Amino acid sequence: MTYTISSLSSTDLSTSDNAIAILNLNHYYGHGSLRKQVLTDINLQIQRGEIVLLTGPSGSGKTTLLTLIGGLRSVQSGSLKILGDELLNANREQLTLTRRRIGYIFQAHNLLNFLTVYQNVEMALEIQHVSALEANTRITDILTAVGLAERLHYYPEALSGGQKQRVAIARALVSQPQIILADEPTAALDKKSGRDVVEILEKLAKEQGCTILIVTHDNRILDLADRIITMEDGHLVDS
Amino acid sequence: MANLPANRDSKVNHAQKSKGAPNHIKRKPPLFLSWLQLRKERARLLVAIAGISFADVLMFLQMGFRGALFSSAVEFHHSLNGEIVMLSSRYRSLISLDRFTERRLYQAAGVTGVESVSPIYLNFMQWRNPDNKEIWDIFVIGIQPDDQVMNLPDVQANHQQLREPDTALFNSGSRAEFGPIADWFHAREVISTEVNQRQIEVRGLFQLSPTFGINAYLITSDLNFLRMARFRQGGLIDVGVIKLQPNADVGIVLAALQSRLPNDVKVMTKADYAKAEVAFWNASTPVGYTFDLGVVIAFIVGAVIVYQILYSDVTDHLPEYATLKAIGFRDRYLLAVVFQESLILAALGFIPGTAIALGLYQITHVATLLPMAMNAGRVVFVFVLTTLMCSVAASMAVRKLQQADPADIF
Repeated sequence: MTYTISSLSSTDLSTSDNAIAILNLNHYYGHGSLRKQVLTDINLQIQRGEIVLLTGPSGSGKTTLLTLIGGLRSVQSGSLKILGDELLNANREQLTLTRRRIGYIFQAHNLLNFLTVYQNVEMALEIQHVSALEANTRITDILTAVGLAERLHYYPEALSGGQKQRVAIARALVSQPQIILADEPTAALDKKSGRDVVEILEKLAKEQGCTILIVTHDNRILDLADRIITMEDGHLVDS
Repeated sequence: MANLPANRDSKVNHAQKSKGAPNHIKRKPPLFLSWLQLRKERARLLVAIAGISFADVLMFLQMGFRGALFSSAVEFHHSLNGEIVMLSSRYRSLISLDRFTERRLYQAAGVTGVESVSPIYLNFMQWRNPDNKEIWDIFVIGIQPDDQVMNLPDVQANHQQLREPDTALFNSGSRAEFGPIADWFHAREVISTEVNQRQIEVRGLFQLSPTFGINAYLITSDLNFLRMARFRQGGLIDVGVIKLQPNADVGIVLAALQSRLPNDVKVMTKADYAKAEVAFWNASTPVGYTFDLGVVIAFIVGAVIVYQILYSDVTDHLPEYATLKAIGFRDRYLLAVVFQESLILAALGFIPGTAIALGLYQITHVATLLPMAMNAGRVVFVFVLTTLMCSVAASMAVRKLQQADPADIF
């Protein structure tokens, strides 16, 4: 594997074995008298390759934490390092580049309805440097792995909910990210396909050695986690 | 953070193949997102194309009418066989005439470089349609039959006919209200009718387009002209045509004429004479303004249609756009998608718009005999306007993109 020198310095394994490192993170919504604290003094380390479930009641701040980790929101105070890069005071461009190293799976699969299954997965490679041949190999391989080899040129509207979510997983994994963030990936699915989806996700992520953080209420998938963390009212609770 | 592509921690074999220089040689071709998005919504695409075509047709028609107005208005001017024109200082246009004494013209004949001078009488007269006896105003041109003052082939062939009393040449491009003169003439019938209640005979045809001010022309001799127009005084003419010797310099002769002649007449080159006619129609009548305004309205209508289409397109795709931002696409990628969509629409709407406009030009020409002609400059100009129209619409529609917030989609 050919690392460049500068990439070694930013993600040197000896200085940071954590995919995600959060120190004293606080977050607020609103201004002035309407200002409301949604995250209080969060400290969390997630190692590379770990599969972590984040649970907790609605409004406890899980999704806010997930959007901060994903570089979708600006960090207000504390420290949040993703793959060694500090997101506090990061500018838009740095946040965009961080996002490119993360795979996202959304509750509503958010596929592009005017693109086929194949093209939806291909979109994730638009912002990566890959050759035409390799792109085709990767897209076909990942869609085969999620069991959609026969549906490459279907539009999302012709797929079931579980199939759409599997396309979304393929889209998140095709760029071989080091972190996968998933928000309630099974919420819209029945028991069987929900379980299937997470098992596929886990298997593929294990193969690629990537870190997974899943926000979920779904008790059926708790056994797949290396670690389960719980949030309540903006605090992390030991469990 | 800057070296992401080479910084992928991966245990999957084919990931290694992606590293290194050869990737850049056969990069994956980008997805043509804008076209894929437009193509998916067929109905919306067709509405957009129809809207842009409609705006283009309107623009082409307005410009076509304007062009026909101006090119027909100066056909008479360009037909004059001479380099310099003499007019009364109060002359404005063919439909706003003033007379001057032909002595001024003969004074000009003495200037070095002038080969010959020819007086022309002009007046609207009352033409009786020989078919249904209706009276219509016809524009009568009185020339000396010995002079080759009109550069029209049929006039040059037939001008000797005008030596005979009460004869005239009729404009075969005249509107139908004046009677089926050309048909009768080709059928070799004797065509006799009244002009200002004086019996005349049509001895030949010539070709000048009707204008917005003149529906038909009649050419006759100066003597016949004065017989028909009893109110006109011989020797008071409307236009003097000055033909120069082949080696004479127009600028020098013009300057000599201007210094020699009193200021009750003005002299100008034939090109300036035509320009003045166009300027009159443009500035002193509402016609030029009306057509310009028509183009502006068509532009706005088109821009609004394209804006509506793009706006609803962006609105419908906001969650998808937010997703793209979340997975690492920059704002400018989405901006480019919307602008590409607008340019694709511009091109797709322009093609049928131009085809329809060409058909309508032909129909309008047949119906009105106006010289509706398409030219490359106008095609390019309308294409530029279409592109601009769609870009303006896109630049308004992309403001909606800011609402695509990646933080909202989890």
